[in-house]
Amino acid sequence: MSHSGPVAAKDELGRRGEDLAVTCLERSGLTVLDRNWRCTEGELDIVATDDGAITVVFCEVKTRSGVGFGTPFEAVTQGKRRKLRRLGLLWLSENRVKTYPVVRFDVVGVLCLPGEPPRVEHRKQAF
Amino acid sequence: MTLARTWGVGLVGLVGQLVTVEADLSAGLPGTAVIGLPDPAIIQSRDRIRAAVLNSGHKWPDRRITLALSPAGLRKSGAGYDIALAIAVLAAAGVVPAAAAGDTVLIGELGLDGAMRPVRGVLPALLAARAAGRTRAVVPLANLSEAALATGMTVWGAPGLADLIASLNGENHSMVRGVAVDSALAVAGPDLSDVLGQPEARLALEIAAAGGHHLAMIGPPGAGKTMLAARLPGVLPPLDDEQALEVTAVHSVAGLLDEGTPLITRAPFVDPHHTASQAAIIGGGSAHIRPGSVSLAHCGVLFLDEAPEFKRPVLDALRQPLEDGAVLLARASGVVRFPARFQLVLAANPCPCAAAKDVDCRCGSTERRAYSNKLSGPLMDRVDIRVDLPALPPSILTSTVEQGESSAVVAERVLLARKRAAHRWRDTPWRCAAEVPGSVVRRAWTPDDGQAELLDRAVRTGRLTGRGYDRVLRLSLTVADLAGRDRPCIADVASALALRCAEAL
Repeated sequence: MSHSGPVAAKDELGRRGEDLAVTCLERSGLTVLDRNWRCTEGELDIVATDDGAITVVFCEVKTRSGVGFGTPFEAVTQGKRRKLRRLGLLWLSENRVKTYPVVRFDVVGVLCLPGEPPRVEHRKQAF
Repeated sequence: MTLARTWGVGLVGLVGQLVTVEADLSAGLPGTAVIGLPDPAIIQSRDRIRAAVLNSGHKWPDRRITLALSPAGLRKSGAGYDIALAIAVLAAAGVVPAAAAGDTVLIGELGLDGAMRPVRGVLPALLAARAAGRTRAVVPLANLSEAALATGMTVWGAPGLADLIASLNGENHSMVRGVAVDSALAVAGPDLSDVLGQPEARLALEIAAAGGHHLAMIGPPGAGKTMLAARLPGVLPPLDDEQALEVTAVHSVAGLLDEGTPLITRAPFVDPHHTASQAAIIGGGSAHIRPGSVSLAHCGVLFLDEAPEFKRPVLDALRQPLEDGAVLLARASGVVRFPARFQLVLAANPCPCAAAKDVDCRCGSTERRAYSNKLSGPLMDRVDIRVDLPALPPSILTSTVEQGESSAVVAERVLLARKRAAHRWRDTPWRCAAEVPGSVVRRAWTPDDGQAELLDRAVRTGRLTGRGYDRVLRLSLTVADLAGRDRPCIADVASALALRCAEAL
């Protein structure tokens, strides 16, 4: 798949946001296990562990270059939350997680306003 | 601050209850939930207040917002909570000081642009808030003159949400302080001097006004039934403060108040069309239960023109308010009580074809009977005065006869009679003869021998029923009140008998 023009710019922004998110998560003590895990149902941005590897964290990253269409967090709609929950279960089964871990869904919002340093906000237990 | 509280008021009928509006901001994805038995209008309030806050130049918190209305068991309805919800969110977000926000009762609907829109029932809502010990309130500017009638409260009218936010922050704003205006001079209604002839009907109207008696007028078209009825409020005494507030509250809930001079000080006159439904007359609705004509006519006159043309169930439904002075409306959402102590005035033609002269009548005897039957029975039993109006002679229309008495002259006599009646019943809960139960009337005054004989004769000849007997006693007292006598004389009883039994005489 190759894109050009604005779509590529959009993907580029998303990748940059995800990199920033990983840095932010690692700084707050999480260990990243997986990035951009894909299956037929969709993609999980970041899978990590927290609390000394007790908790599995599925993290969605939303990057925006402005708030004209709402804040990054507002973009995680009910439908997306449902999808992320399903993807989380698929990840657990594919990776043969035997014990019952504590599962958490976080959202990292990245706001890259032109001419300003990007703002990264990590919301634990977002839904 | 992530938790804040404001005050709204919930209305069930005329009864208000203070409602606590709480807003909690918590971590998590943005979203707003409203709990505490809200109706669809309040659920939609989420989107209204968000747009209103943004368009007033403030930020909407990017957090999970939980809005709770309590008492949680009370069903809340209407858009009147918009302002209380919006300010609760802004106080929780620290945009306005929580202390100032929690000190004020907030009532009003918000437009998407942040403008405050008027709502119904502001007066009864504020009276309830005042009774609950609240002293400050903010309402939409359009409701301010009505809200100011809740004396003892500091009431402000706000044109928009931005002004309210500014004032809570102690900044410049353009809110207006409400001042209770003296009840403006009621616009004079039609005058009795316009009515040509009909001296008996005029007398009947005066007696009805003096004693609060229900009145039925039977006569051909053009005799002046409607004209006379419309002039009854003009001869009734003005409402006292308590009545005025109650009547205004009913009209407020119905959304019928005049914006400039909201306080109703003149006896209302309500004349529903004869096609009106039972819900229109008695009151009804499902989510929003609205008062009907009987409640809008509270402390005033309910005039049913062409009374036999009303649907039977509608006429029958009048019996309960006539008896109790109130209507109880039971719905799935609860039971609502509206006051409905009105004076009933019925007008009817002698027959369905409504011929101007009796000789022109083309109705069959069964038609005539079916027509008059509709008015007989339980409803007419409660009507003290029945007066027949003859067709006006043509000469009276063309000649320049002297004018009859004006409303002001009659109203003065009525007022004196009412005072006399109030004095007579000073130790009882009743204020005029029509309200007093028969047993109490009989205890208060026993006819002397001559009067008793007159009444006995009427009963013996079948012109007067047992119930009618009590009514004649009541009417006699009113006639005496008008004449300035403590006890009715025999002539008073005779006039009362004539008013009660016009049909049979």
